[in-house]
Amino acid sequence: MPRARVVINREFCKGCALCTYACPRGILVISRDFNSRGYYPVMVTDEEHCAGCGFCAQVCPDVAIAVYRE
Amino acid sequence: MKVVFERPKTLLEKPFTYCPGCHHGLAQRLIAEVIEELDIADRTIGVGPIGCSVYIYEFIDVDFVVGAHGRAPAIATGIKRSLPDRIVFSYQGDGDIAAIGTAEIIHAANRGELITAFFVNNAVFGMTGGQMAPTTLLGQKTKTTPLGRDPQVHGFPFRLGECLSVLEGSAYIARVALTRPQFIRQAKECIRKAFLTQMEGRGFSLVEILSPCPTNWGMSPKEAVDWLEEKMIPYFPLGELKVKGCDSREAP
Repeated sequence: MPRARVVINREFCKGCALCTYACPRGILVISRDFNSRGYYPVMVTDEEHCAGCGFCAQVCPDVAIAVYRE
Repeated sequence: MKVVFERPKTLLEKPFTYCPGCHHGLAQRLIAEVIEELDIADRTIGVGPIGCSVYIYEFIDVDFVVGAHGRAPAIATGIKRSLPDRIVFSYQGDGDIAAIGTAEIIHAANRGELITAFFVNNAVFGMTGGQMAPTTLLGQKTKTTPLGRDPQVHGFPFRLGECLSVLEGSAYIARVALTRPQFIRQAKECIRKAFLTQMEGRGFSLVEILSPCPTNWGMSPKEAVDWLEEKMIPYFPLGELKVKGCDSREAP
């Protein structure tokens, strides 16, 4: 079971990728499928490694990320 | 599971219309969070400006009025004087507050109006397509300064926060950036203090928020954030520029 969960709102994300630089574990990447507005949203590659620090959600200009932790 | 971060309820559930990497969404989220935490949403009135920042009325779930270009502090003054129990804030970009609306903001601050102004400084005119703003840095290339801003021709970048902090009526002036998680936490604290300054009746409050404009700077969102930290913060230093009538003056 992962210790933390990152929920990304794919429709709100504009793929600016600022969260991918903020993530200390480097587990956020831009996905290859675009959303209904034509942006490539981010996705979590390895939720097992997520520490639940919430940095990605803090820096997200589109408030598209929610973070939960055990 | 414990919530580390969730979208605040005062921020309406719809996607921001700003460009990717623009910090307007972040600034508006912090304002919404502070409004929610202070539990003042039902008695807060916002005044929107002209420019990209005007879309704040679409996203924060409080009452809004949109002023004529630059006149938001004058409208906020009128609202606050007629409804003194309300919390009134204006949210303006640099083209609005530091260019066409300079007279309004300076006199609102000098009169010590009990309003809070949020000043989003991106060193360029965003909505009109990237022309030079009063806050454009020396040497910065914009649509109207293709060879870079030259002080001999265009003058010097305008530090509004410092300008207002020498006025007798201003009580709380701070400058923040939103490029790192620790800056974002400090920014939220400054926004909270600005609202409290108004609620405690200490005087005028302003929080200047440095924001990147990747579209008009011609950079990727990450490059724009790095450029902001490297070039803008040295000229527009972060921190609390003025705290009046409060014992706890600590660095943000």
